[in-house]
Amino acid sequence: MSPQLFQIICFYAFGIVAVISALMVISMRNSVHAVLSLVLTFFSVACLWLLAQAEFLGIALVVVYVGAVMVLFLFVVMMLDINHERLREGFIKYLPVGIVVAAVMLVELLALIGVKAMHANTMGPDPAAAQGLSNTAWLGQAMYTQFLLPFEIAALILTVGVIAAVVLTLRHRTGTKQQNPGDQVRVEATRRVRIVKMEAERRQQESQS
Amino acid sequence: MITLSHFIVLGAVLFCISLAGIFINRKNVIVLLMAIELMLLAVNINFVAFSRFHGDVAGQVFVFFILTVAAAESAIGLAILVLLFRNRHTINVAEIDSMKG
Amino acid sequence: MQLSTSILLIIALAPLVGAALAGLLGRQIGRAGSHTVTILGVGIACVLSFYVLYQVVWGGAQVYNHDLYTWFQIGKVHASVGFMIDRLTAMMMCVVTFVSLMVHVYTIGYMSDDPGYQRFFSYIALFTFSMLMLVMSNNFLQLFFGWEAVGLVSYLLIGFWFKKPTATFANLKAFLVNRVGDFGFLLGIAAVLYFLGTLDYSQAFQAAPSLIGRTLHITQGTSWDAATVICVLLFIGAMGKSAQVPLHVWLPDSMEGPTPISALIHAATMVTAGIFMVARMSPIFELSSGALSFIMVIGATGALFTGLIGIVQNDIKRVVAYSTLSQLGYMTVALGVSAYAGGVYHLMTHAFFKALLFLGAGSVIIAMHHEQDMRYMGGLRKYMPITYITMWIGSLALCGVPFFSGFYSKDAIIEAAGESHRWGAGYAYFCVMAGALVTALYTFRQMHLTFHGKERFKVVHSHGHGHDDHGDDHHEPGVLHHAPKESPWVVTVPLIALAIPSLLIGFFTVGPMLFGGWFGSAIHVEEAHNVLGEMGHEFHGALAMALHGFTQLPFWLVVAGFVITTYVYIFNPAMADRIKRALKPVYVILDRKFWVDEVYFAIFARGGVALGRALWRGGDAATIDGAMVNGSASLVQRIARVARRLQTGRLYEYAFAMIFGLVLLLGGYWLLGRG
Repeated sequence: MSPQLFQIICFYAFGIVAVISALMVISMRNSVHAVLSLVLTFFSVACLWLLAQAEFLGIALVVVYVGAVMVLFLFVVMMLDINHERLREGFIKYLPVGIVVAAVMLVELLALIGVKAMHANTMGPDPAAAQGLSNTAWLGQAMYTQFLLPFEIAALILTVGVIAAVVLTLRHRTGTKQQNPGDQVRVEATRRVRIVKMEAERRQQESQS
Repeated sequence: MITLSHFIVLGAVLFCISLAGIFINRKNVIVLLMAIELMLLAVNINFVAFSRFHGDVAGQVFVFFILTVAAAESAIGLAILVLLFRNRHTINVAEIDSMKG
Repeated sequence: MQLSTSILLIIALAPLVGAALAGLLGRQIGRAGSHTVTILGVGIACVLSFYVLYQVVWGGAQVYNHDLYTWFQIGKVHASVGFMIDRLTAMMMCVVTFVSLMVHVYTIGYMSDDPGYQRFFSYIALFTFSMLMLVMSNNFLQLFFGWEAVGLVSYLLIGFWFKKPTATFANLKAFLVNRVGDFGFLLGIAAVLYFLGTLDYSQAFQAAPSLIGRTLHITQGTSWDAATVICVLLFIGAMGKSAQVPLHVWLPDSMEGPTPISALIHAATMVTAGIFMVARMSPIFELSSGALSFIMVIGATGALFTGLIGIVQNDIKRVVAYSTLSQLGYMTVALGVSAYAGGVYHLMTHAFFKALLFLGAGSVIIAMHHEQDMRYMGGLRKYMPITYITMWIGSLALCGVPFFSGFYSKDAIIEAAGESHRWGAGYAYFCVMAGALVTALYTFRQMHLTFHGKERFKVVHSHGHGHDDHGDDHHEPGVLHHAPKESPWVVTVPLIALAIPSLLIGFFTVGPMLFGGWFGSAIHVEEAHNVLGEMGHEFHGALAMALHGFTQLPFWLVVAGFVITTYVYIFNPAMADRIKRALKPVYVILDRKFWVDEVYFAIFARGGVALGRALWRGGDAATIDGAMVNGSASLVQRIARVARRLQTGRLYEYAFAMIFGLVLLLGGYWLLGRG
């Protein structure tokens, strides 16, 4: 079995899994199942990327998407008490339209791209290897030199995303006791202790006697 | 022999599937979000394939950025979703029409 | 020698000070105080005016022309306040202040019962100031200031009894009609500035010959002679102020005002401002024969036709008012035939005898307890002899009986119209000649109806109330509570004082003023049409002129008028009605004043209201409010009502829109991008 044949078998295998799992994502009754199908899709695509020698991105997809984002999805889906039946209303009704639109879109896309012309474009040697680098090094060199500013902006966007997500979901419950560290730090001795001057109490013996 | 068209067709197919998903799951925000993720994945496939077949690193750098933005987007989207559910006890898009003109 | 600037300033400002004191402090200084300060102010102005006249004519004073104060300066346009005193100005100043003084004195009697006594004195003193500013001006803008100021005071005085609806209507009418004229006048001043580049009289007159050959393009393809445009525009101003046809309609209505101001403003001075102005601008007017023809035709029309209307009037003041219109027409004809001196001369004589007639009429009105209808008078001769005699002097002067002042000026005008060869002079000659008969008719009719014949009023003695209030006509017409009696001395003295110049001034001044080039450089006449100069060759003294006058047609027309009216109104009173019935259409035409008022009312008043309503309904309510303001809003609303359906608020529908857009876009690329 030649490597090319193995490659193409692998491509078709992962491709078919990806397509089928994608179809399951959009058709699953239960959202949890849909998320799991999406995980499978991502995983298959990550494998296809490995096949295309984009190892860093393939692994990143698995780690970032499957490992973090999809878990977040699962978390949310499981956390919310969702009535799935109501959400499925109109599923059958809209199915034909969806299929037709998708099919028209597919035909248009493929026709427009000119798939046939690309068919001649076979996969050559790995460009990273041609430069004597690994895929990760190749990518990293570009990212930290040529694309340094966009890279930092991306970091900023992620930070904003984190803060936004926290702020959006943060809520102050009334009736819960909590500390205010700012007040704790700013506190002064005078506010803790109040010295009160009082008249000394007199004996009340005379009056009693 | 894997050719560019293999990847492109796969990307197009995944894209159209996600499109159909948006159409038919019009009420479930979670599935809508997942369909968007799928769409971005299809785009990413194209980027990786072109990068690989043309030997240009920019495509893969772009995929990196798209992953970044998509992660941020899904984080915020899910946060909004949680907020939405907390306030309205539903994630049915059909019932969320306070912006109706 | 030079005239003293301070004297001129005192002349102009003394009446203003009087007006301010009477107007602002009238309550404090009281009635007597008010008339004292104003009469003092005007009296000072009058005495000094005669002094100035003496200086200018006999003292050999040079023409005074100085700017005293810079009003404003815009670029090269210099507007100043200044005086220009030559013989024309000096004469006008004397006429104005003298008549004004007489009217002031007279007013003490006429307005004695009126609650607005101080106000009235303030106004007429203010008028005197304005009129003096007008005549003494040395530039167009100050002239315009005076022009507007006298118009304002006229407005205030016509509506003096502002509780009377007819009075407020009349002053509004006077104001509006004068606006038409003033608009033309302002355009004329603008044209002077445009073509001559200066507002100063002397500079403008020096530059005036440069107007020859210059044209003005108002619309494409038509060109207008610059001098004609300027002259016609300026004359339109004079038409408004001097009540020339067709802007004459305000003057008869102005009789709603108190009689003293009818005498002062609407007979002697203000209405002659237009005549004065044209005479003053003679160097410019001489450049345009066309404009002068226009002036002549307008004047002649007014001279004849407004006189005709006077024949059928029953209100004693209105007769005099129409006679004023007619006489203003005479003056205008004189201007139109380049006999400026004749026009100004008639202005002067007319000022005296017309003021006299008005004040006489006022005296009659006082005696009749503010009854103005001549049909309820008659036989007043024996009750008020002074008024009777002075009125006769005024009437004979008005008719132009030889030796009276009116004869010299009026005959000269008729003669000049006959001599002139200007286009339209034949028509003008006919009009002024026929006007002589018409003048006699209405004048003698008025005299007969008022002073002769049977008494057509009853005297009912009742002492329930004292004097009649002005305005409210609570008494029956023709019923008096006291027998009419001669007016007090404050009324009769001015009558006598005015009767003297009415009688004599013509005889003594006709030679120098009319034919002797008395006005000198003030009036400029081209040699080619100097009709007065022509006539001057045949002038052999005032006596000879008067004697010659007895043989002329105008005198016999006056005699005919006297005979007719005497027969109709004294010997055969029933005949008046018969004539009226026989000539019913003519009577109706005259009684309706040729329907000028009705036409104006229909066209301008109704038209204005209709236009305003149309603009309000169509322009404002429909177009601006309806279409533009509410329309744009409702358009937006309508579009938005449709467009908001697109905003379903449902997320997936927005997504569908995007997807469909993408499908269409891709399809388009696919189909079009193939080739």
